Amino acid sequence: MLGMAPFVLFALLFLVVPTALLLVGAFFDREGHFTFGNITELFTNPAIVSSFWLSIKISFASALGGAFIGFFVAYAVILGGLPEWMRGAVMTFSGVASNFAGVPLAFAFLATLGRVGLVTVLLRDWLGFNLYSTGFNILSFTGLTLVYLYFQIPLMVLVIAPALDGLKREWREANAVLGGSNFHYWRHIALPILLPSILGATLLLFANAFGAVATAYALTGSSLPIIPIQLFAQIRGDVLSNPNLGYAIAFGMVVITSISSGAYIWLRSYSERWVR
Amino acid sequence: MKKSSVLSWLIILLAISYFIIPLLSTFEFSLRMLRGQYSFEAYRVVFAQAEFQHAFIRSILLALATIVLSIVLVVPAAYLVRLRLPSWRSPVEFVTLLPLVIPAIIIVFGYIRMFNSSSWLPLTDSEWTTDLLLTFGYVVLALPYMYRSVDAGLRAIDVKTLTEAAQSLGASSFTILWQVILPNIRSGVLSGSFIAFAIVIGEFTFASLLNRPVFGTYLQLIGANRAYEPSALAIVAFIITWACMGLLQLVGRSRGARAAR
Repeated sequence: MLGMAPFVLFALLFLVVPTALLLVGAFFDREGHFTFGNITELFTNPAIVSSFWLSIKISFASALGGAFIGFFVAYAVILGGLPEWMRGAVMTFSGVASNFAGVPLAFAFLATLGRVGLVTVLLRDWLGFNLYSTGFNILSFTGLTLVYLYFQIPLMVLVIAPALDGLKREWREANAVLGGSNFHYWRHIALPILLPSILGATLLLFANAFGAVATAYALTGSSLPIIPIQLFAQIRGDVLSNPNLGYAIAFGMVVITSISSGAYIWLRSYSERWVR
Repeated sequence: MKKSSVLSWLIILLAISYFIIPLLSTFEFSLRMLRGQYSFEAYRVVFAQAEFQHAFIRSILLALATIVLSIVLVVPAAYLVRLRLPSWRSPVEFVTLLPLVIPAIIIVFGYIRMFNSSSWLPLTDSEWTTDLLLTFGYVVLALPYMYRSVDAGLRAIDVKTLTEAAQSLGASSFTILWQVILPNIRSGVLSGSFIAFAIVIGEFTFASLLNRPVFGTYLQLIGANRAYEPSALAIVAFIITWACMGLLQLVGRSRGARAAR
């Protein structure tokens, strides 16, 4: 028992208590009186509401896109009849790319699709196509979603691979023996089994994008005010002129990431029944 | 089968272009500092900057400190949970997963509130205590990966027999842990360490809000003021991440080879 003391003490002091104090702070005003005022302001302050909404939309778009594309990439390397080394290479690269977020990733995309980025320039010089005349901008909703996909797709590949491995060959054979087509197999067997895993992974991707701040900050500064960036500015200099409102934003963010992560864990336990 | 593998190749080729083109563009851009020719001038210039060197060395030291502290905290806890406290498994695993659920910006916000200069433990008062706090924060960020790697290592060995054998030879708990258990789970510990290293080297949010100049914050700063150096450093960051993940694979493979023997 005593041997657990350092770990427990550390976890309490540097993870549980600081976060808990912050969340409790959301329910007090500056004079230390209990209030729901900060929480209601989350829903009434237009700047905060629109930031939360923008964050939810970007996280949702990048989670859906990442889950969709990542699923097909994982499918291609695991079940698609590609050589074995391809699978190893894609898995290793996914490990790298899912960790390659933040400031360097933002720079990579600026050098690619920024106004003087390589792809922008090549499109203009070779094809006479001006990307920025179409209204595209890397410092935008679409741009940020495109950048987030760089770590969302690989995360999906890593998370969904075990579920695809869990599809037993006997199921496909049973389907064929009973006269089922490939469509029947996917419609009635594979997709229903994979669905909890896919939904769960999408929620994990959502939470993953929702808390990210460095990539967006390095890419757009504060021109795209997603909620982590609002909070970042608030911590830097109390821009909302109410520190407890900052705690309320933190509270709102934790509620959202907890719900999506909690649902992910629940769905994973649900899907594990098939992998046994 | 033939048709499906053509489709698979197509998917993979599209994915490869999405993932490779930004890297190639960044690399190409980083070579363009001297007009009319490709050179490594941007790399030379940025490596020669004293601020860069200090920030980079601080990041490496923070990463090493994070790894050492993580091992000292996680190995005994994971060992005890496995050997004697099975009922602690769920709560401990829950706590180790929290850093994946709570965004980093919120954890550091909590630190700033709890350890500011007017608090009971004013860790943000001096530079070295802030570095200490930053290390604690990085240990928290690495916790999910370190705990799972170490736990996977412990699962692969017979903890009970090893412990009893060492005890019967008169070894103390300290000796058992660091001279018997640790060497046997070194591949798990190394895996966790490489991930921790990759996390700390690129980290921005904690360091920026605690006002400590590290590689990540230097990168952000230079991105606002320079043209070619940011691309050069983005390539450096990518190579470091690759190196960590490559070593991780290597460690994993040697573990597999040993199990096969």
